[in-house]
Amino acid sequence: MLENEEIKIVVENLNVYYGETHALKDINIKIPARKSTALIGPSGCGKSTFLRTLDRMNDVIEGIGIKGSVTLDNEDIYKSDMDVVTLRKRVGMVFQKSNPFPKSIFDNIAYGPRIHGLKNKSQLTEIVEKSLRRASLWEEVKDRLDKNALGLSGGQQQRLCIARALAVDPEVLLMDEPASALDPIATSNIEDLIDELKQDYTIVIVTHNMQQAARVSDYTAFFFMGELIEFGATESLFTRPSIKKTEDYITGRFG
Amino acid sequence: MISALGKDKAVRIFLTITASTSLVVVGLIFLFLGKEAFPFILDPGLHKLVSTNWNPVSFQEEAFGIIPLITGSLLVTFLATLFAVPFGVAGAVYISEIASPVEREFLKPFIELLAGIPSVVIGFFGLMILAPFVKETFNLPTGLTALTGALLLALMAVPTIITVSEDAIQSVPTSFKSASFALGATRLQTLIRVTIPAALSGITAAVMLGMGRVVGETMAVMMVTGNAAIITGNPFGSVRTMTATIAAEMGEVPFGSEHYRALFWVGIVLLIATFLLNFVAIQVMKKYREAT
Repeated sequence: MLENEEIKIVVENLNVYYGETHALKDINIKIPARKSTALIGPSGCGKSTFLRTLDRMNDVIEGIGIKGSVTLDNEDIYKSDMDVVTLRKRVGMVFQKSNPFPKSIFDNIAYGPRIHGLKNKSQLTEIVEKSLRRASLWEEVKDRLDKNALGLSGGQQQRLCIARALAVDPEVLLMDEPASALDPIATSNIEDLIDELKQDYTIVIVTHNMQQAARVSDYTAFFFMGELIEFGATESLFTRPSIKKTEDYITGRFG
Repeated sequence: MISALGKDKAVRIFLTITASTSLVVVGLIFLFLGKEAFPFILDPGLHKLVSTNWNPVSFQEEAFGIIPLITGSLLVTFLATLFAVPFGVAGAVYISEIASPVEREFLKPFIELLAGIPSVVIGFFGLMILAPFVKETFNLPTGLTALTGALLLALMAVPTIITVSEDAIQSVPTSFKSASFALGATRLQTLIRVTIPAALSGITAAVMLGMGRVVGETMAVMMVTGNAAIITGNPFGSVRTMTATIAAEMGEVPFGSEHYRALFWVGIVLLIATFLLNFVAIQVMKKYREAT
């Protein structure tokens, strides 16, 4: 496994503590570039916490302790002089609940490029169109870019958030249960989109839904009680899990 | 034994009555003001109010021009808002976004305490300390100026602005901030481009409430603005506000005289001003809410 893959992210001996709680225990994992990796496991197993260590979104939580190393293209992202702004530009994130800003569709997409210093209107317009097309939303919103993004449907809002993340041209896209609040049609749109995006981006997706993991991912990691129990190619993990606990979970015996 | 339905109805009626009381009271205030002010229209006529001279007690000719009182109130309110808004909003931002929990626990009670100080005490402080300070700093013949009043009023408006703005900033969903951070924004960028715009309706309401307090405040301004009914835009000049005029003169005015009725007109203008302020505040909030 992973022999023929280019590796994007390497996590070694990662331990995360929330005060007294040991949230992640000795995680070792290699995430391949331009593939989609699903993180599955029951609630509270640490999969979201793990996802957030990859773009250091956990940093702001009070009393958090992070040990071990996470490297992105061989660069330790927890080194003391790491520029978090650049890191987050390279590693984008889409949240569980869609969270567009209360601004126009255009301003939502242009937000990222703008904070990174782009002012040129025609370049911004170009990025907005490209990002919206990439997120399969352009046709639906091209005539109302100046309308407030909160007027879009739930599924559209989530695709807008994906477009917003793509607008800063990231290399990695982290998704935290991006379809859990959506109806089946919107979910299927998002899944098709993920399938397309993984050609260009390294995708790490947390999901509760095992069918979804099976549908959209090339690799799957199963977390339980803060430990990484099993990691493998999605197909083999779902058909021939090598660890009993994984089998119990994916066959629905607990979780 | 009263049935559940009957109880429900009784509570409903009780609440309807309580809620309508405020409406009735406002209506009665308008009615009362109108009744006392109305005879002035017949004699000596409304044109007497539109004059630049307020000199209600005179052996030659009494003058009831309320324009200097209006400009006095405007000048003091404008200056006070100018001082109070930056301090109030910056204070709110600091408390809700930057201060550590310990600092917040320490700061908030002090700000609330400041809001509770009786205005006459603040006026006393203004008269004894602020006025001499203004006099010396700007080398003026007197420290009793529009600026002194505005500074005091700003001091009184700041706690209101801080408390209400802080609520608004606190209630901005964390998800907006997370989205901004995840795109690589710094704390300052997130604050300026996401948090403050999202809280703008609340901040506007806070500013309007603060201004409401400033316009209606009487005691402190009466003590420190010098009470000269002159039309001026000079912050270092003495002015007389509408509120101070009513407070200072109502006690001595002969009942039913022209002077008495003129004071009611001042009250009406003041009431309209406050109404307009509230109306604008509501429109701004509504407009912003529609946009979001």
